[in-house]
Amino acid sequence: MASKDSGGGQQHTNRRSDEADEVEVADNEASDLKERHEKLSEDVDSLLDEIDDVLEENAEEFVKGYVQKGGE
Amino acid sequence: MGIETEYGVSVPGQPNTNQMLASSLVVNSYANRTSSAGSRARWDFEEESPLRDARGFELPREPAVESAAPANEDDLGLANVILTNGARLYVDHAHPEFSAPEVTNPRDAVLWDKAGERVMAEAARRALGVPGTRPVHLYKNNTDNKGVSYGCHENYLMARSTPFGEIVRHLTPFFVSRQVVCGAGRVGIGVDGRQAGFQLSQRADFFEVEVGLETTLKRPIINTRDEPHADPEKYRRLHVIIGDANMSEVATYLKAGTTSLVLSMIEDGWFSVDLSVDGPVAALRAISHDPTLKHLVQLHDGRRMTGVQLQMEYYEQARKYVENRFGSDVDPQTADILARWESVLSRLEVDPTSCSRELDWVAKLSILEGYRSRDNLDWNSPRLELVDLQYHDVRPDRGLYNRLVERGRFDLVVSEEEVTRAMTEPPEDTRAFFRGRCLARYPQQVAAASWDSVIFDIGRDSLQRVPTLEPLRGTRAHVGELLDRCATAAELVDALAGR
Repeated sequence: MASKDSGGGQQHTNRRSDEADEVEVADNEASDLKERHEKLSEDVDSLLDEIDDVLEENAEEFVKGYVQKGGE
Repeated sequence: MGIETEYGVSVPGQPNTNQMLASSLVVNSYANRTSSAGSRARWDFEEESPLRDARGFELPREPAVESAAPANEDDLGLANVILTNGARLYVDHAHPEFSAPEVTNPRDAVLWDKAGERVMAEAARRALGVPGTRPVHLYKNNTDNKGVSYGCHENYLMARSTPFGEIVRHLTPFFVSRQVVCGAGRVGIGVDGRQAGFQLSQRADFFEVEVGLETTLKRPIINTRDEPHADPEKYRRLHVIIGDANMSEVATYLKAGTTSLVLSMIEDGWFSVDLSVDGPVAALRAISHDPTLKHLVQLHDGRRMTGVQLQMEYYEQARKYVENRFGSDVDPQTADILARWESVLSRLEVDPTSCSRELDWVAKLSILEGYRSRDNLDWNSPRLELVDLQYHDVRPDRGLYNRLVERGRFDLVVSEEEVTRAMTEPPEDTRAFFRGRCLARYPQQVAAASWDSVIFDIGRDSLQRVPTLEPLRGTRAHVGELLDRCATAAELVDALAGR
């Protein structure tokens, strides 16, 4: 696994990456439902852009090729 | 308790891959590079016979095991190893499986379950280094959406004296409804997923009967496998096969925590109400198929309620139980489980999207709905099915759940530092500590191990078996100092035998 980062905290894999983000989210929770829903859909839009970048290519072929044998 | 998870395995571009070989490749890649000196302890299948158990793992006077296969003899098809964190990593049927070490509480269940994901990601990464192989992808999900399901099983140690009928009576409605909290979400209805739509649970459509022994055919809501891996006079291991594999830490935490609470209440004979539902198998599916959470199930007592309301009934029972038994002395984790359980249920009732930082099915559904509205996709779009699948990809850079965490969109229960440590370190308060530490400290001398024994090869005529039939013995408090003191396995074996 990743070794300890000694180079000044540049690691991209930190889970709780951005404290500012968390504060922002905490504020969100205090706001009313409607506002949160709007925020949520904005969030989802920017999230979808990111997911587009990492999603496997050729969805149809990919999911068709995902065939498993039984387990348990 | 402990969680065992079978991972989906695929080699993209090679749909005819032998999945057993791919799984073995992954497990062996991890095992070979992990053990420092090349010694690899086998999993020991030999049934444990009940032995006198004064200290939990007293050595028999006559060593019980004749010399068996050497530790290094592996067969590619039978990859099966024990890790220094006390887990078992092996190939079960055609899936790599991580059986997490035994833990005493839900938070630790989350920790070692998550460590299992990291072990799998690392195993697949290491397999890349094997010449001539293509990348192997691993998914912590439960179905290929083509008719096949594989499991994520929970195990809970219970008192043998608890009547099984009471377990069935009170646990069935709980299992029928807990998917509103711990469903992982699925695109597609029916075992082959052909019917378009979204449902709460990966597993609901694969259950056909109420009670039974099977795990692969005619799956039962309550599984009756009775293999305690411990003193069978005292204990039963309740083998729960109905859960989804969760990515969300809060979902795993609540799954293990609320189920433990309900089991404690059953053991304690606390339930004064019967929440049995009509046709539990049909009710299970109907609740799963309705992400609006409005579906009403019929109770034997005449009431009709939603899955969330049924869970709320269990919550109320649990709250009163904990109040009655522990009052203000309640341990912080139990109090936290109760508070989060109530909070999640209350919000599911009003606005499920408010649980998108906590629950897998809610987070997954919000991404899917985003795609549907942005790209005008129908529920049978392969792109949505891909989002469903890739949500469970264990790779940090490609798995969608992991991307959500990276962006701070999920509440976490444990820190990544703890998870990394749990990849190699065992829990300190169960027998997994003894198993894992023996393996770390005496890798050359551990010939084999299982849940209830560790077998040493210390160069004597026969192998030396140390039984560990008592799950709460072999802890750090119990044997930590002894293990520190014994430089070799021979010293340890002699010390345990009182020589």
